[in-house]
Amino acid sequence: MKVTMQKPVLPVGPVHPLQEEMEYFQLTVDGEIVTDIDVRLSYNHRGIEQISETLQFDQVPFLVSRICGICSASHPLAYVQAVEELAQITPPERALYVRTIINELERIHSHILWVGLAGHFIGYETVFMWAWKYREPVLDLLEAITGNRNNYGNVKVGGCREDIDPELVPEMLKALDPIAQKMEMLTKAVLDDPILHARLKGVGILSKADAIRYAVTGPTARASGVPIDVRRDDPYAMYGDLDWNVITQEEGDVFAKAVVRLLETLEAVKIVRQALQQLPGGPVAVEVREIPPGQGVGHVEAPRGETFHYVRSDGGNRPVRHKARAPSYVNVPSFKASCIGQKMSDVMITLAAVDPCYSCTERIAVVDARHGKVLYTYEDLLRRSREETERIRERFV
Amino acid sequence: MNDQELRGHIETLSDRLTGLEQPLRTRYYLTCEAEQVYEICRFLFEDVRARFVIATVIDNDDNYEIVYHFAVDERGTVINVQAFLRDRDHPTVASITPFLPGAEWIEREMHDLMGIHFEGHPRLERLILADDWPDGVYPLRKGGAS
Repeated sequence: MKVTMQKPVLPVGPVHPLQEEMEYFQLTVDGEIVTDIDVRLSYNHRGIEQISETLQFDQVPFLVSRICGICSASHPLAYVQAVEELAQITPPERALYVRTIINELERIHSHILWVGLAGHFIGYETVFMWAWKYREPVLDLLEAITGNRNNYGNVKVGGCREDIDPELVPEMLKALDPIAQKMEMLTKAVLDDPILHARLKGVGILSKADAIRYAVTGPTARASGVPIDVRRDDPYAMYGDLDWNVITQEEGDVFAKAVVRLLETLEAVKIVRQALQQLPGGPVAVEVREIPPGQGVGHVEAPRGETFHYVRSDGGNRPVRHKARAPSYVNVPSFKASCIGQKMSDVMITLAAVDPCYSCTERIAVVDARHGKVLYTYEDLLRRSREETERIRERFV
Repeated sequence: MNDQELRGHIETLSDRLTGLEQPLRTRYYLTCEAEQVYEICRFLFEDVRARFVIATVIDNDDNYEIVYHFAVDERGTVINVQAFLRDRDHPTVASITPFLPGAEWIEREMHDLMGIHFEGHPRLERLILADDWPDGVYPLRKGGAS
């Protein structure tokens, strides 16, 4: 008798609305090895682009800051830059500094969050605890400037809504020192740890050629040797005038992505410090009376990569079309290149390495497609990922 | 590649274009008919080595318009290719996914929401809409899904 066995399918998802991309990964596995991956998204499509067409130009930043809780500075900034481009508005210099500071603080707290979760996934709970602890002072700084820890609602067409209180600047500069110090410690701890080298190097490699074909952006591209960064390539806010480096790595594996994010955090602290030191006086906004017909493009280097907004106006008070593209929309499909051939214990961290929506992975389960029986739960996969680390650790002891 | 060389590259496309504007040093707006999209995008991706950013589909009442956004990061430049699909009953355009896998999702999204058919797409299945969404109803078209 011939027995045909369907290969088990491992569904990751569907989703939880934390970020703008709602994902459902379906991994086909052959024993321990992933042989195919399919992604579906939009389980919580909110129709942001269409809602935007019903709002006035000045209301849209509040809408797009809610595309993503973590990138709530990047999306409105990209939109505002698109409108400023089409209406030929130049915001005052102080506003450009304030935008730079907020967007870099956002990058710091987002990257720290990633490092903590990556640690959690591979069984490094100390890194997880450290990350959460050291992220708090960054959020405090954001709160001091905008009044909010997230969803800052600070950027508007023509400038910013809230100014930085000049009396707070010395205190904020002082608060940056321990942040930089702790990030250096965390970076060194990761770079010097032989177990992490063994656990993450060579895992989930995205080659340079695939990075270009899938048009990925941000740390995902830079860790694969594609040296692109909107802040340097098409400078906005004050990035063109400040001294900082674009971090790239050649390997394309999970370790390279971790290195890029950790070193970028240190660069971001450098940028915030310079911007606070050089902060000029003057107003933070110009008056905007009307938006003429036309079209404009705004893009911003968000923590996960390029956030791209396209706005078209017919001269009315609302956009006739507004397109928003978040970086994960192009980064996530690259799993097709980086996950196939990986062990299941490595997939968790490979999926996380791109920094997509984490809450998705909490609904992970392995199902035998034939019987619909759950083979593994989220906890099982987490345990497998950690056991892999433990096995490597034992080799070193 | 400097700015002039980039402009030179783009000008070699002029036979295929109906318009070429450069309002800023770093922004190009090219207009063309739908039939030219495949060759223009292939040229930008393979010869100019531009990065595909995303595409925007717009319902212009008497036609559909797809704006393909490309970036030449080396020059910080964004090239927007505005293609017009004149046949409102059967809006069809060649898929660019066969040479540019990064376009797979957005073409499926435009197919879902605006009912554009992408010829040669390897897998023109639903991405955004639910599996039980009725066929032939496209939420982003003017007049909505009613």
